[in-house]
Amino acid sequence: MSPLKPNRRQILAGLAASVAIPALPPLARAQGSATLTVATGPVPVYLNAALSTGGGEAAVSGKMMDGLLTYGEGMSPEPQLAESWEVSEDGLTVTFKLRPGVMWHDGEPFTSEDVRFSVMEVLKVFHGRGRATFANVTEIETPDELTAVFKLTKPAPAMMSALNAQESPMLPAHVYVGTDIQQNPANLSPIGTGPYKFVSYAPGETLVMERNPDYWDEGKPLIDQLIFRYISDGSTRAAMLETGEADLVGSSQLPTIEILRFQSLDGFEVNGAGYEHTPSIHLCDFNLRRPQWQDKRVRQALNFAIDNKWVAENVWFGLASPGTGPLHVQQKAFYTTEGVPNYDIDLEKAEALLDEAGYPRGEDGWRFSMVIDAVQYGEEPPRAAEYMREQFREIGINAEARVNDFAAYVKRVYTDHDFDLTSYTASAGADPAIGVQRFYWSKNIKDGVPFSNGSGYASDEADALLEAAAIETDLEKRKQLYADFQAVAMEDVPVIQLVYDAKKTITSTNVKDYVQGALSFFGNFADVHKDA
Amino acid sequence: MSLTDTSARRAPAARLALPPWARFLLGRLGQAFLVMALVVIGNFVIMQMAPGDLVTVIAGGADMTQEQMADLRARFGLDLPLLVQFWNYVAQLLTFDLGYSYRMNAPVWEVLSARLPTTAALVVLSLLFSVTIGTVMGVVSARRAGTLTDMGINAVALVLYAAPSFVVAMLLVLVFSVKLGWFPIAGLTTVSAGYTGWALVKDMAAHLVMPVTALCTFYVAIYARLARSTMLEVMDQDYVRTARAKGLSETRVIYVHTLRNALLPIVTMAGLQVSTVLGGAVVVETVFGLPGMARTAYDAVFQRDTTMLLGVMFVSSLAIVIVNLAVDLLYTVLDPRVSLK
Repeated sequence: MSPLKPNRRQILAGLAASVAIPALPPLARAQGSATLTVATGPVPVYLNAALSTGGGEAAVSGKMMDGLLTYGEGMSPEPQLAESWEVSEDGLTVTFKLRPGVMWHDGEPFTSEDVRFSVMEVLKVFHGRGRATFANVTEIETPDELTAVFKLTKPAPAMMSALNAQESPMLPAHVYVGTDIQQNPANLSPIGTGPYKFVSYAPGETLVMERNPDYWDEGKPLIDQLIFRYISDGSTRAAMLETGEADLVGSSQLPTIEILRFQSLDGFEVNGAGYEHTPSIHLCDFNLRRPQWQDKRVRQALNFAIDNKWVAENVWFGLASPGTGPLHVQQKAFYTTEGVPNYDIDLEKAEALLDEAGYPRGEDGWRFSMVIDAVQYGEEPPRAAEYMREQFREIGINAEARVNDFAAYVKRVYTDHDFDLTSYTASAGADPAIGVQRFYWSKNIKDGVPFSNGSGYASDEADALLEAAAIETDLEKRKQLYADFQAVAMEDVPVIQLVYDAKKTITSTNVKDYVQGALSFFGNFADVHKDA
Repeated sequence: MSLTDTSARRAPAARLALPPWARFLLGRLGQAFLVMALVVIGNFVIMQMAPGDLVTVIAGGADMTQEQMADLRARFGLDLPLLVQFWNYVAQLLTFDLGYSYRMNAPVWEVLSARLPTTAALVVLSLLFSVTIGTVMGVVSARRAGTLTDMGINAVALVLYAAPSFVVAMLLVLVFSVKLGWFPIAGLTTVSAGYTGWALVKDMAAHLVMPVTALCTFYVAIYARLARSTMLEVMDQDYVRTARAKGLSETRVIYVHTLRNALLPIVTMAGLQVSTVLGGAVVVETVFGLPGMARTAYDAVFQRDTTMLLGVMFVSSLAIVIVNLAVDLLYTVLDPRVSLK
């Protein structure tokens, strides 16, 4: 129309500008943070954490999907897909006001129906912990597109700690409704509302994600391409980080000795922040089905024979703190040592307790024999078992240590119950009701179910305290209930806590802002960026 | 295949009508069939003997309930009697279907066909380099037997022979990646670069240098020692003296008259290397994060992913049977006295 005909150069320049500008987010370009590569270990079965609580799923799912909430330091709930929420006085109604204008990666709007579907039809049915987390939720009302009202039969305070993307991701109802949910192709090519969009996945090799330009949190994420590379050897991951082939390794997925090395290596950072939501404990279950372990004096004696501080310093090389009770020290709201029986090392007391319990040293110097079964999952559980073997020999117990691969371990302990004492690491959960109760609650003695109540411990007192704490909405009362539980658990000692894991993220120093409150590696990486 | 074989044996007329190479091939096919059957049965039985199953592994990482685990077992067909499971697998195999891996959430063949080329490249390249380098080392050392060169080569071969491949692999990473920064450590390509064409080939080559080297070293030593001793033996033969007496150049005597005869044990060893190198490939693929078949097999054992493991075993034993066949054919080319009988 214009009388002035633009020349070819002007057209080309215009084209170039129109293509180039939207393709590169200004912030990202300024910081030169095109690609972030993560070297990781556990290979996910799905890319959707709503169907599995596995570590592989937890690491990637939340990058592509959002949850209703996220958590700040001290596990304080913060808005994500829910802008605000309100728990009724009796704790039986929880109302979420949803963020308007949020789009799924396929362009459909996110609504309260997606929330109802995700919780009632997916998380409550297929998610390992979801069944318990949402057990008291009977109905979710959707009065309008941006309001979801959870109706509960009993209060569920732990639920409010389990609504983040990694634990309870929101799924698109329009993609899943009417399909076989476990077989839906979206489980391996997720459609979420999260900061990163799925690009490609070569099972067990590489997962590629790209920046979601329409993310509701404007200007984020700051990375154009996010790559997860599955590398089964920890030393290889370390070498990749050192040469810059990888930028970040999370959740202590390096051999401990390598983490120590990176701590003193220039240009690298080892950061323990952001694992409040996923604390893990190193545990040893006694098999209470065998007579010698039924006497609590024997269990106490073995606990007195172990120096947890030594274990933390020498088996975990200081990347853990000594265990004192069933709750993780990072579960700050409820963890306590006050009034909880203390088991600082005392070999004399241990021997006295064993004598008292009717297990004197025999002529050969041994009281009885036992086997410690460690799981081969990282190097520490077998090393810890070897340490305990030596300590128990000191007090006259002829102990042996045995290492089992993962499948063999799970079968031996939870199906065959063919063990004396175990050595393994497990999550303590975002809330004790999610992660700790399962090891002590008598109703969770379940044959064949991995990481249920493996010791077979059944105490009316502990059951009553756990059940009351799970539904107590008053924080102070809940604290008292868990304090009482910790005292009971340490008096009975069905389970020994060796150490509390202190997980680390290891990065090159140019990687910034990967910690978001209570989350880091398992967060959504919306803020992460690389300085040039 | 085996049916044709037995009928051929039963009818002497038909047997006589077959040329020797056809009888050889039929015999080999029969053998191959037997080997494959043993591999399948053996692996199935061994995997059943290992404690725990695929569902134990998946549930172990996923806090599942008893009902969820039972559902999964039913879905995977793990609740069926063992014989039925075995029959289902064999029936599937007979239709050239390797089954579905629930751990990887993909058909076994889809995973393997993506990973076979990596392992094949590792095996072929390491074979090529170790045979060539090893033979050259052996020949040079034989020609200069007793000299310093000979002793030097022997010393190098001894060191290479003694160094386990995982130590070599780690050392290579430490020196050439971490210290010198010459080669990338893990994987087959630079994922974020998105190379195509020649750039991709170059990128892959750079990724393969260290793994192939780590896989080669041990075999280089073997070939060097083997070539040296057979060369020395052959060099004493009458026909070599005759060749020299005819006035042929030393080079011609060595490379045409001697080496060709010294190659037979090397070819035998190369055939063996293909079958044993898969074991070394597990280590090398793990250290270098290569998406290959050997590592897939290793992971499958720990994941109790029976179908995946059987798939790998099936495909790799098929490859080994084919390679051995090729080695036998190569004998007839190298040595006219060997015939297909």
